[in-house]
Amino acid sequence: MAEFKNSGENMKDFKGVWVFCEQRQGELQNTVLELVSEGRKLADDLGVELAGLLLGDNVEGLAKEIGAYGADKVILCDDPCLKDYTTDAYADVICDVIMEKKPEIVLIGATNIGRDLGPRCAARLHTGLTADCTHLDVETSKYVDFLKESSTLDVDQMVKAGRIKMDDRNLKMTRPAFGGHLMATIICPRFRPQMSTVRPGVLKKGEYDEAKAAAVKVEKYEVKTNELKTQVVEIVKEAKQLVDLIGADVVVSVGRGISKDVEGGIKLAEELAEVLGGVVGGSRVAIDSGWLTADHQVGQTGKTVHPKLYIALGISGAIQHKAGMQDSECIIAVNKSESAPIFDVADYGIAGDLFKVVPMMIETIKAAKAAK
Amino acid sequence: MKVIVCVKQVPDTSGKVAVKPDGTLDRASMATIINPDDKNAIEAALALKDQTGCETIVVTMGPPPAEGMLREIMAMGIDESVLISGREFGGSDTFATSQIIAAAINTIGIEDDDIVLCGRQAIDGDTAQVGPQIAEKLGLPQITYAADIKVEGREVTVKRMLEDGYMTIKTQTPCLITAIKELNTPRYMSVGGIFETYSKPMQVFDFNTLKDDPLIELDTIGLKGSPTNIFASFTPPQKGQGEMLEGADQKTVDVLVDKLLAKHII
Repeated sequence: MAEFKNSGENMKDFKGVWVFCEQRQGELQNTVLELVSEGRKLADDLGVELAGLLLGDNVEGLAKEIGAYGADKVILCDDPCLKDYTTDAYADVICDVIMEKKPEIVLIGATNIGRDLGPRCAARLHTGLTADCTHLDVETSKYVDFLKESSTLDVDQMVKAGRIKMDDRNLKMTRPAFGGHLMATIICPRFRPQMSTVRPGVLKKGEYDEAKAAAVKVEKYEVKTNELKTQVVEIVKEAKQLVDLIGADVVVSVGRGISKDVEGGIKLAEELAEVLGGVVGGSRVAIDSGWLTADHQVGQTGKTVHPKLYIALGISGAIQHKAGMQDSECIIAVNKSESAPIFDVADYGIAGDLFKVVPMMIETIKAAKAAK
Repeated sequence: MKVIVCVKQVPDTSGKVAVKPDGTLDRASMATIINPDDKNAIEAALALKDQTGCETIVVTMGPPPAEGMLREIMAMGIDESVLISGREFGGSDTFATSQIIAAAINTIGIEDDDIVLCGRQAIDGDTAQVGPQIAEKLGLPQITYAADIKVEGREVTVKRMLEDGYMTIKTQTPCLITAIKELNTPRYMSVGGIFETYSKPMQVFDFNTLKDDPLIELDTIGLKGSPTNIFASFTPPQKGQGEMLEGADQKTVDVLVDKLLAKHII
């Protein structure tokens, strides 16, 4: 292959938005559909094609679903050596395809696999990678609107001073840093492709479109296999039911406030969640203390959720926790301390003992639902 | 056999975090700690030393005061340390950082039965990128999110965690592994270790030490060699003040439930 040139004059050879379509055991990860939906918007803003990059063994059947959420085409790399994820096989194939077809943007879900794959590829391609993004823009006017809404920066002044140029078409990748204390927008202006891993559960999945599913083109890419240095011995799905925090409409989370009766506190949260058809989550304290398993953690180091209803029980509201839940549509907080920071983001706050308030909530909601 | 552990000194973001008016972090006012995941990587190296008697070396990139952290890590039992420090390295993003650390590891020398260990990610950036990028630049196989590591001769078997379970992966040394907190419980410094740490070797690698490595060019390191740049930074939005309901009794709960019903939330 000719030398891969991806900076300076050669940047204009790079066209199109790609989404890495991660599948495990033949099933697309949820985050892929979020990324395809978002990628569609970016591709429309740039006036280019959106492609799904699908690797696996016998996975062509997934192309329709990728198309249904907005991909114009699926680049299919189908080979037995790609059945299960290995860093070496996947990075080899993905870098080959990127070097040959030259996309300008590549989005990867920030799953444990995406965060293994992304940096390996970006290092080989000599380009930048921004980790765990929560917001993406190419169109500067949209980015300016986003900044006005979500920061206290004097955006008009920045535009006037030329710090933000309205015709800038770089991908502006915004992510939390320093445990969610700061937000940073990162650009990769001198190299292509612009690569980003995106936090699962943050961007919204669009609607399934039957016509688009039928219209998607499949472009097969012939995989050249190299000798692999790693070997997957087994894949084990944990038998225990992992909680689906990201997909839940209602999340009831517990924190330090249940420490005087951990079992009782969790039971109350479970009952309240059950009445509302939701699931139980926890703050970092609840996970670090071993009260709940790690898959329950909401926050910067856990999961980002935006359910219709989020109920925080005995959670003080450290910034690290708020980063994972403050975009919920409605937030209720129950905490003993009136000055707890969780009340700053709550729609409704009750300063009181959760062990007294929650049983009343359970009964009252039950009665209200029965009366409907 | 030797084990090289890459660590980072980070501001303690679990405590009070000071942000300057311009939206950047006021690092000077914050305490620094050994990055938590890196402590698990250190422990894994010490466990391998206990098991095989191998040599252990800790590597960090940072300003000269990071020496204190290296002494602390040697007091835990690591044999030697390398501090990568130089003005030319400042402003590096993950790409440029991994370029420099990989060059430093090349300078130390990687042999067939060696292992490089990193923490999964640092709490200041949370990117998890530098480990895999070092592996790529050294041409080593990588295994991230390690919750268990077994080494027999040159064969390495790792339990790699996924969100919905785990994979067992086999590879050969030399390789790079990133550690998560489930891997082990980090040990503390020992009294004997504290006595010994100041007599253990600590080398400083600056630009001149590394400049002949093929990875090091002025346009592949530091701010100038970083493919990514910060376009803007700001403090995250706070949601508008909500409503504190009066009291904490049945009447309060009735008011709450009425509001939720009226808004069709329940």
